[in-house]
Amino acid sequence: MATLPGPMLEVRDLRVTYRNGERAVPAVRGVSFTLDRGQTLGIAGESGSGKSTMALSLLRLLAPSAQVTGQVLFNGEDLLTGRWARLRAVRWSAASVVFQGAMSALNPVRTIGEQICEPILLHDKVGQKAARKRAAELLDSVGVLSRRLDSYPHEFSGGQRQRIMIAMALACRPDLVIADEPTTALDVMVQAQVLELLGELVRESGIGVIMISHDLSVLSHMCERLAVMYAGQIAEIGPAKQLITDPRHPYTRALGRAFPTIGDPASRLAPSGLPGDPPTPPELARLSEGKGCAFEPRCPDAAAACRTETVELWASGPEREAACLRVLEGATS
Amino acid sequence: MTVSSLTASAPAAKKVKSSGFLPYLGGKLVAAAVSFFVTLVIGFAIFTLMPSDPVRTLTRGRPTSEAQLAQLRIQLGLDDPLWERFLTFVGNTFKGELGYSWQFQQSVSSLVADRLGPTLLLMGTAAALSIAIGLWLGIRSGWRHGSLFDKIASSTSLTLWSVPTFWLGMILLVVFSVGVGPIPSLFPAGGMSEPSLPQEGWTHVVDVARHLVLPCLTMVLVVFAQYVTVMRASIIDEMGSPYLLTARAKGLTDDAVRRRHAVPNALLPSVTMIFMHLGILVSGAITVEAVYSWPGLGYLTYEALKIPDLPLLQGTFIVFSASVIIMNLLADVVYRFLDPRVRAQ
Amino acid sequence: MSATTLAPAALEVPRHHAVSRFCRAYAKRPAGLVGLGLLVAFGVLALAAPLFIGDDQLNVIKVDGPQLSPPIDGYPLGTDQAGRSVLLMVIWGARESLSIGIIATVLTVILGSTVGLLAGHYQGWVGKVLMHVTDWFIALPSLPLAISLSAVLGQGAASITIAIAVTSWTATARLVRAQTIAVEARPFIERAKVLGAGNTQIMIRHVLPNVMPLILVSSTLTVASAILSEATLTFLGLGDPTSVTWGSMLQAAFGGGAVTAGAWWYLMPPGIAILIIVLGFTLVGRAVEHVLNPRMVN
Repeated sequence: MATLPGPMLEVRDLRVTYRNGERAVPAVRGVSFTLDRGQTLGIAGESGSGKSTMALSLLRLLAPSAQVTGQVLFNGEDLLTGRWARLRAVRWSAASVVFQGAMSALNPVRTIGEQICEPILLHDKVGQKAARKRAAELLDSVGVLSRRLDSYPHEFSGGQRQRIMIAMALACRPDLVIADEPTTALDVMVQAQVLELLGELVRESGIGVIMISHDLSVLSHMCERLAVMYAGQIAEIGPAKQLITDPRHPYTRALGRAFPTIGDPASRLAPSGLPGDPPTPPELARLSEGKGCAFEPRCPDAAAACRTETVELWASGPEREAACLRVLEGATS
Repeated sequence: MTVSSLTASAPAAKKVKSSGFLPYLGGKLVAAAVSFFVTLVIGFAIFTLMPSDPVRTLTRGRPTSEAQLAQLRIQLGLDDPLWERFLTFVGNTFKGELGYSWQFQQSVSSLVADRLGPTLLLMGTAAALSIAIGLWLGIRSGWRHGSLFDKIASSTSLTLWSVPTFWLGMILLVVFSVGVGPIPSLFPAGGMSEPSLPQEGWTHVVDVARHLVLPCLTMVLVVFAQYVTVMRASIIDEMGSPYLLTARAKGLTDDAVRRRHAVPNALLPSVTMIFMHLGILVSGAITVEAVYSWPGLGYLTYEALKIPDLPLLQGTFIVFSASVIIMNLLADVVYRFLDPRVRAQ
Repeated sequence: MSATTLAPAALEVPRHHAVSRFCRAYAKRPAGLVGLGLLVAFGVLALAAPLFIGDDQLNVIKVDGPQLSPPIDGYPLGTDQAGRSVLLMVIWGARESLSIGIIATVLTVILGSTVGLLAGHYQGWVGKVLMHVTDWFIALPSLPLAISLSAVLGQGAASITIAIAVTSWTATARLVRAQTIAVEARPFIERAKVLGAGNTQIMIRHVLPNVMPLILVSSTLTVASAILSEATLTFLGLGDPTSVTWGSMLQAAFGGGAVTAGAWWYLMPPGIAILIIVLGFTLVGRAVEHVLNPRMVN
């Protein structure tokens, strides 16, 4: 595919609402970001922040009850309004997904060879032999013995399955890999191995990555840029290192404190949680209509204006933005 | 459908230690044998302990002297202790001697042997058709559950299940054999073949096939509903599985996702149910064969009810029970073969 | 305040609420209402039957209608081989078939629930033995077993009823056992035991009320299959030759050559009646199931 000018992926005002009969639950309430070729972007947030929903909606992988609006410009074409046949062609060949929980994301009654070959045969128009050869190479590159092509998923350990998922995701040499909590269910040691592998592979091939995790430490190691989501919106976005060391949004700050940083013994002893809960669906619905910051009820720095003013992403530094009124004031806390 | 829990700490690739197939088979065979033994006990209890006086029933209508009655009693071993009679009974069953039919004046085993073929033909054809139709409808209904197709398929299944099999058989007989209104007589009214036609060769095959149509249709109409229900539930169960999302993300069409991923997984639990329902098909055979005078085991049972011919009834009871036990055994064994998570390496 | 003195009083009020809540939820299900309507209609007919149907209409010696006649004036559904009005026979048949079905179900439920309660409560060897017995019975093919039992007990409604009960109790037993185990895992049973409640008391006063809804659902479906079984067994010749049930009408139709004569008016009504009643019970059973357990819908 010829390299077009401009970012590889441009997301504009993405909104996802789940309609269940009469109830409408807004899961993603206006997310916009860009991703250049070969760039890695991490998406952090609590469960319920909408990060997985947002990621899956990019390729229209959500259930039919989910209403998706906005624009997802991938190499210039809007995936949200494209024809299904076009979308199916883009899926996996240009943008693939590494799902969380590879135990159930792999079909238990098919060999891993068959499952890796499936997208190759579908998109690359090659024969069975060529596909198998490529599958064997892929397995080698992730450190799984290629002669195990004819084994079933249950015959592998969790870490191995995740690596197989990564191999499968790279099968058609995509431009973008969306990794949804790729290491969440794994042991710490295995987690490190898998992340290292993923990092190596994407660096070698210059693939863009969107990685979703609730674990900030994972994201800070892997990703150049980081976006923190809260209640369906981006709270802060910018270079990962800067967001961790110098957060501008109170939520980012709280998130950072909740995870001990490797190399900083003091942080291990006093991880601080954040009292309160994310907004419930009815509260979200009300917020979407009116103004006010979604984080305000839990924010230690909240002011009266935070409930009444419209809160958007404002520049909080070079190449970074935060959705906080404090940023406008220019105050650093 | 949960994959066996993983031990995330297993570093090296480890083959799943499946308990050997032979011990599993052995265990199942023992259970089947126990089941069969219990069947024999119950059969013995029903047929030997309960009836009033078999001697009186046998000699009903024929004048017999007290001495002859006593003689008959000794012959039939009616005065022996109960456990002795039971052992003889079990011994005979394993030797293949199932008793002597009162009305046919023939050994029950030979009668069963004669009638087994036609029943297998009828049941086999009906089973194959019902399973094929039932699975196909079940998959489509489940995949689009809530749709119009699903609602129609489910209501039809429900209605057909609520209909007595024999009544449906009679209706079909009237409509297609006797002919109602403009519909002419299309199929024969009963039996398995016309005695006037040669009993061999192509003519015979066609003749039997013509006779097979209505009884088979009756059975299929009543039974296919069970397979629709099982398959539909199975597919609906699978539809929430994460690996289907992976398949979709690969760019497969909805049909391909269903065909290549959902169906193979959904078939697994259905296989067990299918084999177990085959045992229930047996009961259907009795009524259908009765209505169509199809010369099989079911019709034999129906004829045995006339006197009632207790030895013959006992024999058919044992044969039917044994077939159900075998079907359930097959169900367990086949499942093990099909599920790779459980298959012996 | 001891749990045992508090429990009955505390349960009284919620029970009234529970019943009216159930009725309101049930009223929202169209299929269930249709089923209920059908059952009520047939029930009323069955109860009212003796008021206008007597020996004169049913006794083959006393009737004087045309033999095997299609529907004509005075005989809206035609007549049978003896000249009896098919319509009146169908209505009377409702009475007979429903009573056999209901009595058989009552027997089934009593037997199945007892076994299930005992097996669920006494989880030791008693429970294991009972479960093995249940499994053995499940392995037996139901129609051959029912036929054998009826044949041996002699023709008649009683033997058919017993045969149906013997072949149907296992489903109820399994259900009740599973529910008993679930209920007994709840903390209030622990409290009752600590307060000295004996085995019987626990089973009858605490477990049984919680198992009742499930038994209710199971019974409606059991009645449906009992009526089908009764029809089948009578058709095969095991019923009382003098009584008029839907099964006996079909048996007479079959044996008397009504099929070859094309006497559809004799053939259709009993079968349709069976179909309607079985559908009615099945719809009601499913509706009750959905109301009691809405999660099962999805």
